[in-house]
Order: sequence, then structure tokens, then C-alpha cells
Amino acid sequence: MPNMSLHKNPMPVQEPDVRNRNFNEVALGYTEEQAVDEAERCLNCKHKPCVSGCPVAIDIPAFIQKVKEKDFEAAYEVLNRSTSLPAVCGRVCPQETQCECKCVRGIKGEPVAIGRLERFVADYHMAHNTKDAQIPKPNGHKVAVIGAGPSGLTCAGDLAKLGYAVTVFEALHLAGGVLVYGIPQFRLPKEIVRKEIENLKAIGVKIETNMVIGKVLSIDELFENGYEAVFIGSGAGLPRFMKIPGENLKGVYSANEFLTRVNLMKAYQQGSNTPIQNARKVAVVGGGNVAMDAARCAKRLGAETVYIVYRRSEAEMPARLEEVEHAKEEGIIFKVLTNPTEITGDEHKFVNGMRCVKMELGEPDASGRRSPVEKKGSDFTLDVDCVIMSIGTSPNPLIRNTTKGLDTNRHGCIITEEETGLTSREGVYAGGDAVTGAATVILAMGAGKKAAQSIDEYIKNK
Amino acid sequence: EEWWDMYKIVKKKSLNPTVSFMEIDAPFIAKKAEPGQFIILRVDENGERIPLTIADFDREKGTVTIIYQIVGATTKKLDSLNEGDSLQDFVGPLGVPSHTEGLKRVAVIGGGVGCAIAYPIAKKLHQSNAVVHSVVGFRTKDLVILEDEFAAVSDELIIKTDDGTYGTKGLVTDALKQLIERGEQYDEVIAIGPLVMMKFVARLTKEYGIKTTVSMNPIMIDGTGMCGGCRLTVGGETKFACVDGPDFDGHLVDFDEAMERSSMYRDFEKHHYEAACHLFDKA
Ligand SMILES: Cc1cc2nc3c(=O)[nH]c(=O)nc-3n(C[C@H](O)[C@H](O)[C@H](O)COP(=O)(O)OP(=O)(O)OC[C@H]3O[C@@H](n4cnc5c(N)ncnc54)[C@H](O)[C@@H]3O)c2cc1C
Ligand SMILES: Cc1cc2nc3c(=O)[nH]c(=O)nc-3n(C[C@H](O)[C@H](O)[C@H](O)COP(=O)(O)OP(=O)(O)OC[C@H]3O[C@@H](n4cnc5c(N)ncnc54)[C@H](O)[C@@H]3O)c2cc1C
Ligand code: SF4
Ligand code: SF4
Ligand code: FES
Repeated sequence: MPNMSLHKNPMPVQEPDVRNRNFNEVALGYTEEQAVDEAERCLNCKHKPCVSGCPVAIDIPAFIQKVKEKDFEAAYEVLNRSTSLPAVCGRVCPQETQCECKCVRGIKGEPVAIGRLERFVADYHMAHNTKDAQIPKPNGHKVAVIGAGPSGLTCAGDLAKLGYAVTVFEALHLAGGVLVYGIPQFRLPKEIVRKEIENLKAIGVKIETNMVIGKVLSIDELFENGYEAVFIGSGAGLPRFMKIPGENLKGVYSANEFLTRVNLMKAYQQGSNTPIQNARKVAVVGGGNVAMDAARCAKRLGAETVYIVYRRSEAEMPARLEEVEHAKEEGIIFKVLTNPTEITGDEHKFVNGMRCVKMELGEPDASGRRSPVEKKGSDFTLDVDCVIMSIGTSPNPLIRNTTKGLDTNRHGCIITEEETGLTSREGVYAGGDAVTGAATVILAMGAGKKAAQSIDEYIKNK
Repeated sequence: EEWWDMYKIVKKKSLNPTVSFMEIDAPFIAKKAEPGQFIILRVDENGERIPLTIADFDREKGTVTIIYQIVGATTKKLDSLNEGDSLQDFVGPLGVPSHTEGLKRVAVIGGGVGCAIAYPIAKKLHQSNAVVHSVVGFRTKDLVILEDEFAAVSDELIIKTDDGTYGTKGLVTDALKQLIERGEQYDEVIAIGPLVMMKFVARLTKEYGIKTTVSMNPIMIDGTGMCGGCRLTVGGETKFACVDGPDFDGHLVDFDEAMERSSMYRDFEKHHYEAACHLFDKA
């Protein structure tokens, strides 16, 4: 008899007033009992509606069935067939708009907590697995992957499993992409990313850090070096600014800079050599996941007041609901329908305030979104000493500027064939944020997966 | 083929009490490096990422030379390493190479450790048969670096010290002004050194309408255009020094803003420098 409770097993979490002062993971994960109890809520639907919501088509009822049977390693095997980073996706996927929103249990009550179960299984495997990875039989072909974010790592992992000799070239000193430099420790412990990457290395994937492709080697030179195909998963890391006065004052960061200082360079730890401002009052401009992460990091670094400043209303915020709720619980103050017009500084050019205007939502525009319009005479000043701009990023121009014949659109995104990930250059494939602009981990992984299949076909048929 | 994974120090020497020279094993970077480009390094696992200019490179030997001034915690830690030791990370070549094509007569102005950045450009100009006048300035005699190297690639070399203990007393701008007043015609002036120095060189050459290139050195992290921390205002537009530069038109750079931004972490750095010194004193 399935568990007919209308509610998900709640996720155990650190208390808000405790966690907003440390960088440990907020969500603590299910116990075995909770996991099995939650798995019992799954009806094992024949037509598997949930699977259609998952960009990498995990066989959701099959892995949940194994959880019911307490055969967690078998559950892991099911996950492993479709995703190479289950511990990551279980944590950061926007499940509410993907797999879980298609779950029949969500029609009346809450859907099955698919993400939490996925995380449980992946964590169980990490803690208990003692089997050595099986090294696939080499097929004698070499493929290069640019960027060690989720798209590149997935593509590399899938190709390695097919016997390809894969080298991943990563610009930074650490592999992981946004998973290590952007998403903070308290949402995605770096240890987990590191272990997932160790798993890839164990099956033979080579990761060469400190290699900025386009500078140290071009794509053409990769081919000259014997790589038969190239996958570009270079992400969308170029930060946008608002172009308002005062943006170059001391104390104005892009979210990327702020998060990189905190996460990649560990500025939150005592004794780190990388400095970060000791801000008291912080305004984070933007309403996405990135903005929530920056705000919650600022709070944890000791800021007394942290604002989220967003020009539309809360309903339009692109951030995941769970992140917004967590942020609020931790004491982040939301200033919605508010738009910055100028950042002001003191005589030493440190930020001392941000001028804002109130907004209201006007008529829907061509895209159907109601665009915000300024309320006349509503301007006011927020008392802040730090401003973090989190209004979006676009693909870095480095690769497109150094690769002849690689077509990009007017946003700088690489143009690919929908079905295969093939770019305008033979043998060159691309996926993830570099193609779509800033999106999600699982979409990037899906693209890496698809490209790995196409590359395999391309090389086999050459 | 096998990848190297160690950035080994193959040669180290002290150029003056605060400036050292290191040749690093980095074959892939050596193959691509051009004057004006830089690398970013980390000394150890928890180290800060710092940018240093590629002062020279040897494509055959596969080495890259850096010349650094010991100013803070990271450069101090770097200087504690010796020949045979390896660096944790070494990435490059970053930035756009200096534009030297078509230049026939050039004044190269270097200040302090900026001379290390200016030297490879002077050398390249000399190799392409341009007339090179070099003006290099230092605070005092003990700090003079690369004198022989500059002499070898310059048609005229003027050395200035603030206190007159070597060369002639005064500022590099004084010497440049004299050259211009003497009737020298330059296609371009290339000035590399402290921000104040570049600001005043640019102010001077603007009066005479001589195109001037400066090399900007804001605080950087990734060096790939990802963080925006290295941004500058150039001609009213925001530029990222690591990917758009580090060379910019000196007449368009907002130097005052750049000077303010470079002092962002002064207190933090001072504290860490003292901590690093303390650590080495104990060792
Ligand atoms: C703060 C933050 C929070 C987020 N939160 C979530 C979330 O909760 N859920 C979710 O699903 N998504 C989230 N995202 C989005 C998600 O992280 C990205 O969509 C995803 O990481 C994209 O993967 P990718 O592989 O395309 O690129 P990236 O993860 O950006 O990786 C690209 C890699 O390529 C490297 N690279 C770039 N250029 C070069 C070059 N020339 N040579 C060599 N290497 C290069 C980069 O250094 C980087 O390591 C978040 C993003 C941010 C910034
Ligand atoms: C493109 C570029 C090329 C450079 N080339 C050379 C060179 O050839 N030789 C040389 O001696 N110096 C060079 N510098 C400056 C060098 O990077 C700094 O001296 C070094 O980072 C100081 O680090 P520190 O920890 O020892 O000192 P700190 O005490 O941390 O800082 C001292 C000063 O160095 C600057 N600085 C600190 N951190 C950084 C950083 N991450 N990026 C840039 N500047 C920083 C700041 O202005 C600071 O006030 C260059 C800088 C840039 C941006
Ligand atoms: S990968 Fe993401 S979308 Fe797919 S099942 Fe897991 S949580 Fe759902
Ligand atoms: S839709 Fe929901 S209940 Fe049905 S199989 Fe998928 S997870 Fe289970
Ligand atoms: S150093 Fe990060 S963008 Fe230039």
C-alpha cells in the first residue's frame, strides 16, 4: 500500500538563525527511514509522466522502486545510467518546474520529492561505495572538451564510458565551473563536486586546469594535436553591469566577483589570502538564484542588513521558490518593484548609498511579461556600503573571437543544431550556457550528453 | 604526448633588494606568449591569484620569465621559493599583445618594476628596426633594474632617479619633455609604471598630441573576463583590463578612478603582508 500522505517528507534543515552565520550545508538530507517513507509515495505510474520533465530522462519510478526495496546501490545504478552528477542535481535542480511538476501526486497535494530522493541515493553511494571504477576499454580516439562545468564534465564522462580518450581543458585552477566558483558551499558542498570529478578521473577522463582555450591553444590547434572532435562547454561567465553612475566605486561587485572571492578563493575562511570587503549593509541587485546566493553569502560574512533589490514583483522573480524562502528565513530583506538609478560614494570613493526609484507593473509587452515602469517622484536612498550587481551574464567572447567559422547569435551565444549540438564548424559541438545563455545545471548536462552521442556517431562514421 | 603539470622554477635571481627574476617551465605558454601579455599564478594551494607580466619567453626552452616586485604577502611568498621548486598554478598567456606593428620611432617610458613590463616591448620594437628611446625611472640607485637589457635595445637610454643617486635626478616626464622639446618626433609613446607616472606622461603627451599607450594593472582574479573586478573607465566606457587590455589609450583612461580602485583592499593587504613577514621571520 503506497504512502498516501499529501505532503512530502520535510527536508531536515539547519535553523535559520544558526545557518545564516555559517557556510555549512543548509539542507541536511533524508535519513534512510525518511527516504523509504517518501519513496512509498510514488505510484510507479506506467506512463511515467515525471520522466518527461527531466532533461536527462532519468528513469524516476525505477530508481524510486529500488529505494522502496532499500537497495540503494541498485537505485544508484539507475541514476548513473542517465546522469553523471546525481548528488549535484538532487541538490540544485529546479525540480518544481521539471520532474516534480509532472508528478501525478502533485495534482492533489505535493509531488513526490524526486530531487531529495535523488540526493539521498547519490549521497548514500558516496558514503558506502567501495567498488573501484571500471575503466572502459579504449577505442583509440581522442576528444577535447573545453570547460569543466556540468556540460563539459557530462560530455567527457559519457565519451569516456564509450572508450574515448577525453581531455578537459579548464581555464581556472579548479574543475567544476559554476558549481565551484558560483554556487555557494551551503547549497552545494565543494566536497561533493570534488568527489564527482574524482569519479570521472577514475574512469580515465583527463582534466587539464589553467588552460584558457583561445589563448594558450586554439580550437584549430586542438585538431592539429590529434583530437578528432571538440565540445565547447565554456559557460556564460561575462557579467553585465547596469551602466548607472557610481558603478565603479569601491564596494560595487559583480555577483561573479563576489561569489568567486567567497567560493573559489575561500574568502569566508579565516586565513584565506583573498580579500573581501567587510560590508555592513549590502544591496544585491537582481532576482535570480545568483542574487539569492550572493545575498545569503553576504549575510554569512557578517553583514547586518542585506537587501534584495528587484525591479519587478516577487511573482516575476526567476529564483527558485525554495531559495527565496530560505533567503527570507535567514533575514534577507526584499525590496521589490525597486530600481537603482545611482550609487553614491564618500570622499574616499567607497560606496555610501544607492539611489532607487519605486516601480509599478505596466501593460504586458510583446513577450507577455508586464514591464516595470518608474513611479514619478518616488526616489529614495538605501543606506548601504556594498552593492552586488546580479543582473545576468553572457557568454565569454574569448572562444568565438579566436575560432574562425564559429557562428554565434547577437547575444554572443554559439549557434548549434538543436538535435545534435553541432556548431557551424565540422567536428565542433557545443552546449550548456555557452549556447543557451545562463540556464540550469541539468540543461547543461543534457546538452553535454546529447553532444557526446553525436560526437560518438560522428567519429564512428568518419 | 604527456602533459607537464609542474611549473618548475628553472632560474631565479635577485635584481635588486625588492625585485626578483624567475624563469618558469611552461612550454605551452612560452609557445604562444607575446610582449604585453601576462600570466596569473598561485604560489600554493590556498594562495591568491596574482597577475604578472611575461617579461620574456624562450620558445625553444619552453620557459617564461617573470620579474616581480615584493610588495605584499603573495609576492613575498613567491620570493621564498627557489630554483627547483614549483608553483601551484601558472596560467596564460592572458590579455591582448601590445600593438607594435608599423611603429618606426617610439619613446618607451618605464617606472620602477614597470620597466619589466616595458622591456619586452622595447626589445620587440628594436628587433623590428624601430628607433627606440627609453626613459626609465627609479626612486634610488639600489632599485635600478634591467639597465644592460634596456641599453642593448635602445638607441638612447636615459635613467632618472628621484634622489639623483644614479643617472640624472628627476622624473621620467622631465626627460620625455626634453626629448620632445629637442625636436624628437615619435609615432607613439609607451608608458608603463605606477598609475601616477602614467597619468602624468599621458597628460604631457596630450599637450603635444602624441599617441600614448599605457599598460593598466588593476586588481584581477580570473583574468578571463568572468569577474569584472579589473574594470576601468576608458573613454567613458567600462573595459575589462584582463581581456580588453592591459594596454589602453593613455589619453582616454580615467586614472583617478583606477587609482582609487587599486586601494580597495589596502588594509587587508597590509595585515596579510605583516602576517607573511611574521611567518618568514619565525621560519
Ligand atoms: C551563483 C549561481 C547559482 C546558480 N544556481 C543554480 C541552481 O540552483 N540550479 C541550477 O540548475 N542552476 C543554477 N545556476 C546555473 C548553472 O550553474 C549553470 O547553468 C551551469 O553551471 C552551466 O553549465 P556549463 O557547463 O554550461 O557552464 P559553467 O558551469 O559556466 O562552466 C564553464 C566552464 O568553462 C570554463 N571556461 C570558460 N571559458 C573557457 C576557455 N576559453 N577555456 C577553458 N575553459 C573555459 C569556465 O572557467 C568554467 O569552469 C546557477 C548559476 C550561478 C552563477
Ligand atoms: C596585468 C598586470 C601585470 C602586472 N605585472 C607585474 C609585473 O610584471 N611585476 C610586478 O612586480 N607586478 C606586476 N603587477 C602587479 C602585481 O600583480 C601585484 O604587485 C601583486 O598582485 C601584489 O600581490 P601581493 O599579495 O604581493 O601584494 P598585496 O599586498 O596583496 O597588494 C599590493 C598591491 O598590489 C596590487 N594587487 C594586489 N592583489 C592584486 C591582484 N590580484 N591583481 C592585481 N594587483 C593586485 C594592489 O594594487 C595592491 O595595493 C601586474 C599587475 C597586473 C594587473
Ligand atoms: S536530474 Fe533534476 S529534473 Fe531530472 S530527476 Fe533529478 S532532480 Fe528531477
Ligand atoms: S509521476 Fe510521481 S508518482 Fe508517478 S512515477 Fe513519477 S514520481 Fe512516481
Ligand atoms: S580579472 Fe576578472 S574580469 Fe578581469
